[in-house]
Amino acid sequence: MTAAAGEERHGEGCGDRGDWGELVGAALLGTGRRRGSPRELLDAAAVHTLRRRAGLRPAEAAPRPRPAPADPRPEPPEPARRRLAQLLAGRAGAGAGSGRRGAAPDLAELLPQWLAAAGRHGYRAPAALLPALLDAARARSDLRPQALALAGPRGMWLAGLNPDWRFALRAGAGGGLPDPEDAAAVRQLWQEGLFAERAGLLGAVRARDPAAAVRLLASTWAAERAEDRLMFLDSLRVGLSAGDEPFLEAALDDRSRNVRATAAELLSALPQSALAGRMARRALACVGPDGVAPPAGCDAGMLRDGVAERPPAGRGERSWWLGQLVEAAPLSCWRDRFGGLDAAAVVALPMPGGEGWAEELHAAWCRAAVRQRDPEWAAALLGSPAAPTATAPGTASLAERARLLSVLPEGERAGWVARFVGAHGLSEAFQLLGACTVPWAGPLGRAVVDALDAAREAGGYPWSFSGVMGLAERCLDPAEADRLEALTAAAQPAADPGGTAGAGAYWAEAFQRLTATLRLRAAMLAELAPEPAV
Amino acid sequence: MTDQQVRHTVEQGPCRARGAPPEAPEPGRGEAGPQTLTGGSASGRAAGARAAPADPEAARRRAERRAARICAGVAELEQRLADLVREGLAGQEQAGAAFWEEAAARMVDAQAPGLAARVRELGAIPGCGPGWPARMLEEGALLHLLNRGWLGLAGLPQPLAATVRSRVGLPDTGAEGEAVRDRWLVLAQYDSVSPDGRLTTRRTWLRGTGSGRPALVLDFGPPGRPPRLALPVGRVVEAEARFRPGTAGLRADLVEGHGAGAPCGQAPEGVGTGAALDAYGAALREDPWLESWPVVLGPVVPVPGDRGWQLADAEGGGALPVASGGGRPPAGLWQLAALSGGAPVTVFGECGHRGFTPLTAWEQGCPEPVALTG
Repeated sequence: MTAAAGEERHGEGCGDRGDWGELVGAALLGTGRRRGSPRELLDAAAVHTLRRRAGLRPAEAAPRPRPAPADPRPEPPEPARRRLAQLLAGRAGAGAGSGRRGAAPDLAELLPQWLAAAGRHGYRAPAALLPALLDAARARSDLRPQALALAGPRGMWLAGLNPDWRFALRAGAGGGLPDPEDAAAVRQLWQEGLFAERAGLLGAVRARDPAAAVRLLASTWAAERAEDRLMFLDSLRVGLSAGDEPFLEAALDDRSRNVRATAAELLSALPQSALAGRMARRALACVGPDGVAPPAGCDAGMLRDGVAERPPAGRGERSWWLGQLVEAAPLSCWRDRFGGLDAAAVVALPMPGGEGWAEELHAAWCRAAVRQRDPEWAAALLGSPAAPTATAPGTASLAERARLLSVLPEGERAGWVARFVGAHGLSEAFQLLGACTVPWAGPLGRAVVDALDAAREAGGYPWSFSGVMGLAERCLDPAEADRLEALTAAAQPAADPGGTAGAGAYWAEAFQRLTATLRLRAAMLAELAPEPAV
Repeated sequence: MTDQQVRHTVEQGPCRARGAPPEAPEPGRGEAGPQTLTGGSASGRAAGARAAPADPEAARRRAERRAARICAGVAELEQRLADLVREGLAGQEQAGAAFWEEAAARMVDAQAPGLAARVRELGAIPGCGPGWPARMLEEGALLHLLNRGWLGLAGLPQPLAATVRSRVGLPDTGAEGEAVRDRWLVLAQYDSVSPDGRLTTRRTWLRGTGSGRPALVLDFGPPGRPPRLALPVGRVVEAEARFRPGTAGLRADLVEGHGAGAPCGQAPEGVGTGAALDAYGAALREDPWLESWPVVLGPVVPVPGDRGWQLADAEGGGALPVASGGGRPPAGLWQLAALSGGAPVTVFGECGHRGFTPLTAWEQGCPEPVALTG
């Protein structure tokens, strides 16, 4: 036995090593040409093969990967880990089924909730599930922020090894950012980083110390490109305060029109700002107890304060200017102007001076209420949820109403939508429901369930309400499951033995799925609760 | 198996009818299973295979007839192998697999399912990319060795003779194997489906926590019915294992009534890459046709690579290549990398001449095993 044959390193190719190479060569050409014995060749090859297999030695190790950074967050409890594995495994199956959905819960819809809840608890993803989690995030970009946050540094490390998961490195701004407290590192990245890194950095600094973000931005402001200035300025929406006013006021003289307009918009959201004061004076001159008199022209001062001179096609100049002035004026200025009336009374006033102006005025107040986050005005403009939608005071647009709702406190918001659903049913409620906080408050949940039941009794089909059903699966409080179960029984077609039981069966199935989903959600959230310390 | 033993097998004389196992039970029972990793006999129902034949005389005659048919099949196969090397492997690239498919069918007729499966695999080698001639010579030579072993069965030591019978595809002889009572740790469990989709084979790898002895329990299920034996990885079951003769003492059957067991509570102790290969080499002495040996490896670091993955010793420069099908790394390998995060892990798997196939892993400092998928 030669040493070479007896100590082959694992993974090495074979072919040219002494005896074995000769044997393979002879077998390849055939013993017939060399006048050897086939049997002797096979005997020798058997001995050789076994000797080499029995004498295998370890291969030389390739360079090891750099270890992943530590992640101090705990893993979720065991039942929650199993649940995540199920949700991830169910992903493909749930998406593949087309057509009518059965009574089984849609796991794909539950995954985002699981990820969000686990994120709130401060868990990290179980290491063994990272590949499945990254695959899921690759397939569904809506999952990415939460999935990657959960995956953490270990997930980023893993993504660096597999080209399939490159998206995580692109999206994972959280990985490479310096600590916002580390002034030198922040300054260096701000001066040398790519746009996406700088935008991420500005956001992180803004979240920690709003004034520091403005100082950072001011340090390079003059040298930034116009489109970058616009994006950076826009990121100041978060944490906007009176402290930002000097910087924003200076930006009103920017070279770029878009930058100027954005600066003006931000300033108008600060009711104490000088710009808000100037807009108030202009707006008060146009609107009062005597009626509406839109501005006759657009002067240089208005232009500097962000008023766009040219209206879009189909709109009159004067109403266009009026809308912009009222939108940017602090809502608090109207009480004195209307002799101490509150928002609801002001909104209810008939506005003499032309019907078109009144409509423009209300729309502008709606935009102002949203921009200034003024709940009193938002409630006044929303009016009564029971009022017929066509004659609502502020606007009949559901999108506008959803925006106004977002300004109301959570409870008030849910109450308003509950009464809206009670009065008008579900057909127009989808957008408004989307503006409510999850899980839906008790009265809202009950209103939705009652409305679904009413739709069933009215002879509708569940798929006409599939949008609301889908929302309900995600947003209903799991405590509603018991009431739903009763409805499932009511929807059973047993009482209707004729051939027309179709709708009833579909409703029963839809309610069953809703109930099952709610129970699953309840179980899922309970599993995520941290294990009591021993 | 030592060189001497290999030569011993190789140099046995021609087939004699009385050289065949006298007590081989009736053919056709319990041998439908595919050629398994470590044992050709696929009888999963130990109780059935071990039942005493009703008529010993008739059973003996049947066994003799079967042995004679296998001898004829083996002689024919030897001729085909001799022709193969005489004419040269180079012709195989054009010859196609049909020639070997036909030979495999002949071995099925000869009631030697173990040989049939090997022949089929031999026929597939020329289509398997670079280096195929060497692999074909290896597999052809080992098949030749098995043929010679069968023809010289009477002269072989008892355990080796049992191994040869099992590799050829004869069912269990019914000889009582060693019974070992221990607390068995379930190291891995996975299913594979036969190429025709008609049979699911479930492999369960165990290790005695007291004896340290490895055991492989096979269970089978027809389509639509999963195999019954379900032991979760990481559990410890108290049970008696009956080891079958031959096949390097791996194949065992658990005596029923062991229950679901208890969690183990700690990761098993691992060995380095060198010791893992030594264990495989030592097992080849018992069963020269062994593809791999069960090993708990660790601490090792998984090293991903474009041209194949490795498991590298945490200390020192040794590494085992991860056995791959040549395609993209399967999901289980990414799981292994995720568990490791670049740090050492403990890995259970099958260590053989093709490399290491990881099946189960333990994260550093964590007693809970993770079964690697696919």
